[in-house]
Amino acid sequence: MDKQVIVSPSPHVHSGESTSRLMFNVVLALMPAFAVSLYYFGVGALIVTLLAVGSCVIFEYLIQKFLMKGNPTITDGSAIVTGLLLAFNVPSNLPWHIVVIGSLVAIGVAKMSFGGLGSNPFNPALVGRVFMLISFPVQMTSWPLPVASRLQYLDAVTGPTPLAILKEGLKNGETISQMGDKIPSHMQMFMGLMGGSLGEIAAFALLIGFAWLLFTKVITWHIPVSIFTTIAVFTGILWMINPETNADPIFHLLTGGVMIGAIFMATDYVTSPMNPVGMWIFGIGIGLLTVIIRVWGAYPEGVSFAILIMNAFVPLLNRYVKPKRFGEEVKRNG
Amino acid sequence: MLKTFSKGGVHPPENKISAGKSIEILPLPQKVSIPVSQHIGAPATVLVVKGDKVKVGQVIAQSAGFVSANIHSSVSGTVESIDAVLDSTGYKRQAVTITVEGDEWIENIDRSTDLKKDIQLNAQDIIKRINESGIVGLGGATFPSHVKLSVPAGKKAEVLIINGVECEPYLTSDHRLMLEKGHEMMVGIQILMRALNVEKALIGIENNKPDAIKYLKSIVGEYKGVEVHSLKVKYPQGGEKQLIKALINREVPSGGLPIDIGAVVHNVGTAFAVYEAVQKNKPLFERVVTVTGKNLPKTANYMVRIGTSVAELIAAAGGLPEDTGKVVNGGPMMGKALTSTDVPVTKGTSGIIVFQSKESKRKADSVCIRCGKCVSVCPMGLEPYLLNRLSQRMMFENMEPEHVLDCMECGSCSFECPANLPLLDYIRLGKAEVNKIIRARKN
Amino acid sequence: MSSVLLFSIIMLSLLGVVLAVILYLVAQKFKVFEDPRIDEVEAVLPGANCGGCGYPGCRGFADAFVKAEDVSSLFCPVGGNDTMNAAAAVMGKTVEAKDPEIAVVRCSGSPENRKRIVQYDGASSCKVATSLYSGDTGCQYGCLGLGDCVAVCKFDAIYIDPVTLLPVVSDEKCTACGACVKACPKFIIELRKKGPKSKRIFVSCINKDKGGVARKACQVACIGCGKCVKVCPHDAITLENNLAYIDFNKCKLCRKCVEECPTSAILELNFPPRKPKVEAEAQVEKTE
Repeated sequence: MDKQVIVSPSPHVHSGESTSRLMFNVVLALMPAFAVSLYYFGVGALIVTLLAVGSCVIFEYLIQKFLMKGNPTITDGSAIVTGLLLAFNVPSNLPWHIVVIGSLVAIGVAKMSFGGLGSNPFNPALVGRVFMLISFPVQMTSWPLPVASRLQYLDAVTGPTPLAILKEGLKNGETISQMGDKIPSHMQMFMGLMGGSLGEIAAFALLIGFAWLLFTKVITWHIPVSIFTTIAVFTGILWMINPETNADPIFHLLTGGVMIGAIFMATDYVTSPMNPVGMWIFGIGIGLLTVIIRVWGAYPEGVSFAILIMNAFVPLLNRYVKPKRFGEEVKRNG
Repeated sequence: MLKTFSKGGVHPPENKISAGKSIEILPLPQKVSIPVSQHIGAPATVLVVKGDKVKVGQVIAQSAGFVSANIHSSVSGTVESIDAVLDSTGYKRQAVTITVEGDEWIENIDRSTDLKKDIQLNAQDIIKRINESGIVGLGGATFPSHVKLSVPAGKKAEVLIINGVECEPYLTSDHRLMLEKGHEMMVGIQILMRALNVEKALIGIENNKPDAIKYLKSIVGEYKGVEVHSLKVKYPQGGEKQLIKALINREVPSGGLPIDIGAVVHNVGTAFAVYEAVQKNKPLFERVVTVTGKNLPKTANYMVRIGTSVAELIAAAGGLPEDTGKVVNGGPMMGKALTSTDVPVTKGTSGIIVFQSKESKRKADSVCIRCGKCVSVCPMGLEPYLLNRLSQRMMFENMEPEHVLDCMECGSCSFECPANLPLLDYIRLGKAEVNKIIRARKN
Repeated sequence: MSSVLLFSIIMLSLLGVVLAVILYLVAQKFKVFEDPRIDEVEAVLPGANCGGCGYPGCRGFADAFVKAEDVSSLFCPVGGNDTMNAAAAVMGKTVEAKDPEIAVVRCSGSPENRKRIVQYDGASSCKVATSLYSGDTGCQYGCLGLGDCVAVCKFDAIYIDPVTLLPVVSDEKCTACGACVKACPKFIIELRKKGPKSKRIFVSCINKDKGGVARKACQVACIGCGKCVKVCPHDAITLENNLAYIDFNKCKLCRKCVEECPTSAILELNFPPRKPKVEAEAQVEKTE
C-alpha cells in the first residue's frame, strides 16, 4: 500500500452521539416551558433567561480561558443548559445583578471549581439557586403572577405560590377546605396559572419536554418516575390520614419545582447515578426528602434541597450499587 | 415479539451492501502464505521443508496440543520458504509460503457437489475427523472446534446452537452461505448433533436476513430436531453468551463456558466446514470472505483459499479506491485494522472492509459527562466508564472485582459514548493486565 | 437567654470530653508498634514516593531498609549515594557507593529517519497501541512516541520532542528511578551509567531484524554489521540477534565505534565537538 492508512483499535464505527447533541436536545426539551413562561411573564422571563444563559456561558469561557488556562469548551452546550435551568428556577422579576451573581456561583463555584463538566458533585443550577435563595430571600420569594404584568420586569404584580399559601394557611390554623379558593384548581396548576419560578409552573409544557427527552433517549424514565411515584405515594398516605391538613398528591406533584426538578434537574447526567437501581434509590430519596421538607420543614418548597442532598449520595450509589452483571444469578460451576 | 437478549446492546447501521452478491470463487493466486497460527491455542508445528511439493489438502503443519489445529495446504505447488511474514497486526509470524503450480488435490477428497446426507461415522470418529481437518470457529474467534465438541466429564450438552446471526454490520459471508449451502449446512448440523449426542439444534438468525430465514425454514423439515429462529436485530447478538440468552433464556455464568449450562454454539460457516470434512473428506483450506466498502468499485463474497493475500481480494473487487482511510479485517465493531494489505487471509477472516477517510478517523474525545450510556449498552452488565478510569490510572488490581474479564470487547460502549472516549482501548489494556496479574498469582 | 447559652456550653464541653476519652481509648487499643528508626530513615529519603527503589513509596523502602539484614541490594536512585549514606548512618551501617545512572532512549527513529507507513488513531497510550499493532513504521521495535514514559515520570525529566517525536531525557532532572523503563512496552528505555560529565555512548536502536529489513524500515537502525565490535579496543560491544550492545561497565568512551557505525546508530552525548583526528586520539589517551 502506498498511501498511509489509519490504524485504530475496534470499534471502527461510532453512533454519532455527542455531548453537544445531548445538550441541544435538553435545550429543545426546555423550549415548551420557555414559550409558556414568555406568554405568562413576558418581558421579565425574557430578560432573566437571556441574562442567565449569557452570563453562564461567558463565565465558563472566562474561567476556562484565564483561570484554568485551557481550551474553552463552551460549544458543548452544558453552560447553556445550566443557564436555562438557573433562569427557570428564579422568579421573572429577579433583579439583574442577582441573576449574574447566581450564574457566577453556579458556574464558578459549583461547576468549574471542581474541574468543570463531568466533575461537579452538585447540580450547578441548583447550587446557584439555593445560594440566591439564602442570600436574597426577599427577592427570591416574590413571585410575579402569570399573565398579570407581561410588560413589567422589576415592578411586576406579585403573589404567593400555592405551596406558600398552604404553609401560611396551616400556620394560621386554617384547614385546607377553609382556604378554598385561595388555592388554584388542579387544572389551573397543570396549565401553570399560579405564582412560581418562571420555568417551573407549567406542568404540561415540562411533560412535553420529558416526552422529547425520552424520545431522543437523552434520559431514561427511571429518575423522574421514581420521584413522581414516591411523592404521590407518600403524600397520598398523609392525605388519606388527614385531608384537612395535608394536600392531595396531585397538588404536590403539580406545584413547586417537582416537575422541573424531577425531569430536568435530577436527571442531570453528572450528578445522578449511572445505573437503574441507583437511579431508583436516588429518585425515592428525592421524593421522600421533598415531602418531608414541604410538610414538616420551615421552607414551603423542598425539591432543590432534596436534589442537592441526594447529589451528595451519588458517588456512594455509583460505588456500591452495581448493575446486574450478565450471568450473575447463576452459580459458577467448578 | 421476536426474541433477543435482554441486557444492553446497540444498533449500528447495518450497511450489508454485499448481501445480494452470490459467492464467487476467487481465481487461484500465484502464491500463498499460510500462517501456522490461525487459531486460538498453540501454533501448529511445520511438517514441510523448503522445496517440498505439496498438494491441495495436504497437512503442512500439525496440531501442537489439544487446543491447536492442523494447517493444510490450500494450493498445490512448491514450498518457497518457511519464514516470518507480516500478519494483520504488523508483527511477523511464522508462515509457509507456497508457489502455486496447477490445482492438484489429494486423492481422497470428494470433489463432487452432490449432497451427501447419510452420516456414517460415530460421534468419536466425527470429532477425530474434525480435529484432523483443522476446523476452527469460523465466526472469527477461531477456537478449535473439536475442543468445543469434546464435552468435559460431568457435563452434558443438551442443545446445539447454530450462530447465523452475523450481527456485525457490513459482513454477509454467513448470510450467503446459509442461502447457497443450506442443505450442506443442515447436514453439518446433524453431524454436530451426533457428535454431541443432542436431540435439538436451534439456528438463530437476525430478521434482517428474511430470505435466509425463509429458505432455511422451507428445508428444515427434512432435518430432525433442527429449528430455525428469527431474532430481533441487535448487536452483539452474535456473541455466544448473548445468542444463548436470546434462544434458550439461560445465562452463561461469569467466567464459565456455554457447556456449563448445557449449550454448545457453532457458527454456520463451521457447520458447513464440518459437512465438507466429514462427508467429503475435505479439510478446511478455503472459506467465504466478504469484501465490501461504501466506495469500493465492486463488493462481493468470495470463496478464498487460505493464505491468499488480502491485496488480491481487494484487486478482484476493483482495487483500493483513491479515498481509502482504513482497511479492516473482520467486522467494523470487532475487526482489526490492517497496517498493510500484504497479509494473508486466515481461517478467521470473515470479511475485508474498506473505509473512506471520513469514516475512518475518530472524532476528538472530550470529558466523561457520566451519562451512563456505556453502562446501559453493555451487554455484560459492566461499567465501562469505571473500567476505563481504573485502567487509565493503572489500578489494574481493582478491575478484577469489577468483572473486567467478562468483557468480550464487543465495542458497544465506545460506539455509544457521546464524548468519543476510547473506552474499549483502555478496557482491553486492563483485561490484558488483569490476566497478567492472575497468571502471576498462579505461579 | 443566658440559660440557653449556658446549656449549650456545658453540653458541648461534655461532648468534647466524652469524645476525647473515646478517642484515647481507641488509640490505645489499636496502637501498632513501629520501629522508630523507620521514621528516621524515611526522614532522610527524598520523599518523592516514586517507587524507583522497587518499594511502594519512601516509607515502604524505609521499612525494608530497617528490617533488612543485608542492605546492599537496596538503593534509592533518586537520592543517590548521599541519601544512602545518611540512611545507613541512622542504622549504624555502611553502604557501598554506586555509580549514578540515567535513563537513555534507545531509538532514533524520527520521522525523517523512519518513514511512517500508517497513521495511528486510538487511545494515546503506547501500551494500547502495542497491544493493537507493531507501530506506525516498518520497525516493530521502535518508539511509538505516545508518551507512556512521560506520563509516569514524577520528576518532569522526560518529554516528547515535537520534531523527532521521540522522548528526550533531561540530564539534570532524571533521577534514574526507572519508572519509564518499566512503563515502556517496547523496552526501549534503559538505565545506563551516567558517565563523567554525563558523557555516554550507546547503541540507539533495539531492532533485532536482519540488516536489510532493519535498514529499510529506518535509516539509523543497527543493522548488526559488527564493525563496532571489531573496532572496539575494550571488548565492550557484543552482537546478538543482529543488534550491537555496548556494556557501559567496559566502555571507556573512546568514541571509535561512533565513527565506525555505517548507519549512525551509535550515539554519543555531551561530548565536546569533535576535533581533528590526531587531537581526538590524544585526548582519548588522556582520559584513559
